[in-house]
Amino acid sequence: MVHYHRTRFDASFAALSDATRRGVLEQLGSADASITDLAEKFHMTLTGMKKHVGVLERAGLVTTQKIGRVRTCRLGRRRLEEEAAWIQRYQLLWDARFDELDKVVDELQRKERIDGRKNRT
Amino acid sequence: MDARTERDPAPMKNRTTVVRKSEREVVVTRAFNAPARIVFAAWTTPELFKRWWLPKSMGMSLLSCEMDVRVGGGYRLAFAGGMDFFGKYVEVSPPSRLVWTNEEGGDGGPITTVTFEEKGGKTHLTLHELYPSKEALDAAGTGAADAMGETFEQLDELLVTSGTSAGRS
Repeated sequence: MVHYHRTRFDASFAALSDATRRGVLEQLGSADASITDLAEKFHMTLTGMKKHVGVLERAGLVTTQKIGRVRTCRLGRRRLEEEAAWIQRYQLLWDARFDELDKVVDELQRKERIDGRKNRT
Repeated sequence: MDARTERDPAPMKNRTTVVRKSEREVVVTRAFNAPARIVFAAWTTPELFKRWWLPKSMGMSLLSCEMDVRVGGGYRLAFAGGMDFFGKYVEVSPPSRLVWTNEEGGDGGPITTVTFEEKGGKTHLTLHELYPSKEALDAAGTGAADAMGETFEQLDELLVTSGTSAGRS
């Protein structure tokens, strides 16, 4: 377990130690891209870019998916965490609001029942 | 007979779900244990709306709340600290649908649609927000947390942390 974390940690640092790979992450931060796109952007051979992306992928910083003949790269786990955090913030706000709304709704309903009973007698 | 309804066990708390439906849309759903006309009233009556829109945990309160709930009518929520939220009602169909604009941010404001669907004595509420861009929606999530004051941010952080570590195990 400890070993696993250690390896992961080292892999992230190794991945980030290279300027091209940091550039790739920055690039993917604004939009997904194919390996070909990235190779062109960083004036590199396809094989060279594949190696860099492989390092980023093993570190969990990038995920890739092959659709047809194109391999698309996007930011990995880190981005997913950011999205989860975003959803949680939103959920927290609405949860708090709706808990208060529950109280208002309960009160209105109780009032209606009492009024209804009064009208019947 | 009536005494029995009073002794109903407290119903289970309904869950709030949040889904980012697309880059520009977010959908929030929640059920309420009351008919739609009651939930609708809580959204369209200023005195009632004021009581829940800014939950106590946010440590803020609304100074005033004006609502002219009809198509083309305006609303304005004034917060302590000089912040105002305002816009216009685009659609008003009691007790099932409300649509309004959010104009405090200029052109970047979302369109909010709330539907109230009654089923078996419960109201299923769906709140849908459509933003003009992905960036505007991203910023809204952050803004929501910023608006909540320190207590809420701390709770937020705690939840995010525990959520993250749970997800990793």
